[in-house]
Amino acid sequence: MELIIDITLLTFLGLTALAINRIDKLFCVIMLSGIYSLLCASLFVTMDAVDVAFTEAAVGTGIATVLLLSTIGATETEQRSAPHRPLFALLVVCVTGAILVYGTMDMPAFGDPNAPIHQHVAPRYVQQSQHEIGSDNIVTSILSSYRGFDTLGETVVIFTAGLAVVGLIGFRGMQKFGDRQRAAGVTQNEMEQHLVLRIVIKMFIPLILLFALYVQFHGDFGPGGGFQAGVIFASAFIFYTLMSGLDAAMRVVSPRTLSYIAALGVLLYGGVGIATMLMGGNYLAYNVLRHDPLHGQHLGIFLIEVGVGTTVFSVMVLIFFAFSSRKGLRQ
Amino acid sequence: METFLILASTLCISIGVFLGITGAVGIFRMPNFFTRLHAASVTDSGCASMLLFGLMLQSGFTVATVKLCFILFFLLISSPTAGHALSKTALSCGAQPTPLPREER
Repeated sequence: MELIIDITLLTFLGLTALAINRIDKLFCVIMLSGIYSLLCASLFVTMDAVDVAFTEAAVGTGIATVLLLSTIGATETEQRSAPHRPLFALLVVCVTGAILVYGTMDMPAFGDPNAPIHQHVAPRYVQQSQHEIGSDNIVTSILSSYRGFDTLGETVVIFTAGLAVVGLIGFRGMQKFGDRQRAAGVTQNEMEQHLVLRIVIKMFIPLILLFALYVQFHGDFGPGGGFQAGVIFASAFIFYTLMSGLDAAMRVVSPRTLSYIAALGVLLYGGVGIATMLMGGNYLAYNVLRHDPLHGQHLGIFLIEVGVGTTVFSVMVLIFFAFSSRKGLRQ
Repeated sequence: METFLILASTLCISIGVFLGITGAVGIFRMPNFFTRLHAASVTDSGCASMLLFGLMLQSGFTVATVKLCFILFFLLISSPTAGHALSKTALSCGAQPTPLPREER
């Protein structure tokens, strides 16, 4: 049964990839890429990797689609056809693909219990994490305690991405955009006539925020954590922006505040590491935070998840603001 | 009781699957935007809620049922809203809710 599901999902995945390649309309491509990551998320669920599936569904299907849509709002909606036939690129892709396939020949089969990855540290994670970390969700204890360095790196990557987008696109036109809108007497946007949409969005925003907080603080026990929670929290803000316009959303949190919050999240994460060093442990070894090592682990994981969540949230909203303000400039 | 529940849930899931397949066929075969939207929203609300209801019957009085109820609640609000927004936008973009003559297709 699982085999049938896998084959079906993989077939759809291949078909979607082909369709993305063939279609010139960028709007369709974005929708298809959303479908693609939803299919990926389903595949992860069949592999019992619910945490990864959750992240893929929230990031790939949710926020990435919205960000891409806001991008094509500022650019063109048709893909320009290449002036020449890119045969050389095809050759490079084929050779690289063949090398990659050749490289996987030596790898152990999927799910092989004797594979090195299942022999090295995984047994300790599975058997000891309850005693060492005390978290019910092994994924959370690996992600934020055993592999805290890697997660710190990921958070910094997201922070850097936000910095890069703001640095490249910037908010230079933002002030002008608001002024011009006010000068033209355009204070309300087209959502004004969508009464049903506005009411439903108003109804959903608090629920989405609540769900984000649940995902944030329930990560110890079930799938979830800072990354997903930040993205869900950001999606509520994006909803609000769609409903009442960029101007109103920026009055809730200005881009300046958002960039401070983003930096604050990374600082909190790194600061926990410094604190553990000052208290006599290694960097990001939460055991020393409290007298009871398990309580220390709990506190440490809690703090760094908050750091991850705030950074992800503010970077996502920043990127969305940056792209949307470009759209306003073009008009 | 057990057999009855299984039968009822099988019936619900079959209806859901039927609605899903007809909806998918409808999206491809219907003549214009609004009829296609109708097919799509049948899939969204009818098919999904029948499937969820069938799953609820199977899971009994557990936390899973409560979660399914939440999902059903969100789907029943969000998918008609999406359909409404789509049709309203199509209307304001000038699409007419009349079927095209056959030869123009």
